[in-house]
Amino acid sequence: MLRISQLRKVFANGSGVEMTALDNISLEVKAGDFITIIGSNGAGKSTLLNVIAGVYDVDEGEIWIDGVNVTNQPEYRRAHFIGRVFQDPMIGTAASMTIEENLAMAMKRASRLGLTPGVTPRDRSRFRELLAVLGLGLEDRLQEPVGLLSGGQRQALTLLMATISNPKLLLLDEHTAALDPKTGEMIGELTNKIVKSRELTVLMVTHDLRQALEFGNRTIMMDQGQIILDLQDPERASMTVDDLLDQFEAVRGKRLLDDRVLLVR
Amino acid sequence: MLLSALIGTLEQGLVYGIMALGVYITYRILHFADLTVDGSFPLGAAVAARFIAAGGSPLMGTVLAMAAGMLAGLTTGFLNTKLKISGLLSGILTMTALYSVNLRIMGRANIPLLRKPTLVSWFGERGMAPWVLFLITLVLIKILLDLFLKTEIGFAIRATGDNEQMIRSCGVNTDGMKLVGLGLANCLVALSGALVAQYQGFADVGMGVGTVVAGLASVIAGQALVRFHGLGWATTGVIVGSLIYRVAIFAALRLGLAPTDLKLITAVLVVLALSGPVWSSSLAKFGGGKRRATNIPAA
Repeated sequence: MLRISQLRKVFANGSGVEMTALDNISLEVKAGDFITIIGSNGAGKSTLLNVIAGVYDVDEGEIWIDGVNVTNQPEYRRAHFIGRVFQDPMIGTAASMTIEENLAMAMKRASRLGLTPGVTPRDRSRFRELLAVLGLGLEDRLQEPVGLLSGGQRQALTLLMATISNPKLLLLDEHTAALDPKTGEMIGELTNKIVKSRELTVLMVTHDLRQALEFGNRTIMMDQGQIILDLQDPERASMTVDDLLDQFEAVRGKRLLDDRVLLVR
Repeated sequence: MLLSALIGTLEQGLVYGIMALGVYITYRILHFADLTVDGSFPLGAAVAARFIAAGGSPLMGTVLAMAAGMLAGLTTGFLNTKLKISGLLSGILTMTALYSVNLRIMGRANIPLLRKPTLVSWFGERGMAPWVLFLITLVLIKILLDLFLKTEIGFAIRATGDNEQMIRSCGVNTDGMKLVGLGLANCLVALSGALVAQYQGFADVGMGVGTVVAGLASVIAGQALVRFHGLGWATTGVIVGSLIYRVAIFAALRLGLAPTDLKLITAVLVVLALSGPVWSSSLAKFGGGKRRATNIPAA
């Protein structure tokens, strides 16, 4: 499904100081895989997602999706088959536009835009059905601007938008981290529900080690731009957060030090 | 006397309202401060006047003017999206270049259109005042623009102005949308310039100075006065704003201000309108200090 080979990405600041964000990353993802990605700050998790989505060009390596080399495709073109949810709930939706307008744009991610009406009555009834699944009452607020919604509601809408056209790949970048715990849990449950019902292929970055083990069927740990652990079910299923931390120490010879990671234990 | 002057004022409000709708597209929808307008407005006038003065049909001249305006907008868009020059500077560069281009097109600084057939004279011969022409054109454009903004491409343009990251991750080429928006906006601005030239009976290379600020004044005034939500109301607001702006100018002149001071007054008005939020918050602090103080511990 997704094949990444020997990916390298180096960021350089103006004064010539270089930071290797991705250091020779290779990864093979099967269709239907739900991979959680963990690692301390600066490990390269978000960079990996951004490189897959085409936000950044890579310095070396190739990215293949379903047999197509997308390494040099611009971000908007890859978005035809990649759905994304960001950490900041404000990024995934257009605040001044209505719920139905946002959904309509997401639904047409793979089609050529024309001068036909952006939302048709048929779209509307489909949106109502999909929104009802969220259980947030948004199905009765189709023509309200998204800016009126709460962060959690906007994130739920973003999740729906990212999955509405059944993308080949769903990229979740700490999409529950900026929400309060209860809302975060709700978005997490919703994620599982949608991913399972559509059999989507997912890469999910998280700081929450517990969430990393609970979600999906495979967990990748990153450190300093490299993949240092790749755990798959069934081996993974029996692991605890402490096992994860021990594994990290065994591989790296140091504790996984990150206040945000430690906080959730 | 006063009545005919007032009608003239409203006619200006209508014909410049077309320009204001163009400014609305870039400033409000794309969130792009497009200064091309000061160059594309006289560009429209120059193209139409040159064509009409050479004996061409006024309708064709006006259409050519719109095409030229669109090209000007696309140039700014190209500088901004492909060459990565900031939006503000891209507009200034195009505007500056257009000054020379406009002189080239006209061949001199001023082309009179007296006794030439124009769209305005065509209506006049059929017993209709210029405002009929302007009203029909403006309402038609307003309706088409409202419809356009409800299409798929319209959605994508609005989202590009609202949240570029979001709409790019929905598979839209935002550079393309900026080009469409800038081209369309300056097409309307040039149409306005072409009609103004035919209305006042000449095109002048200096007639574009301050156009963008007048457009902004109209957009902001309209937004303040028409507070209903929805796209249809927003464009209605721009038209109302344009009319109000011309009436305000008319009133200022009646009060004895020199026409040469109008740009200063317009600029001051726009500054006041744009700084409105600053003023009202400091006024609130000044007047309601006690009430605010009680709120602070909660934060």
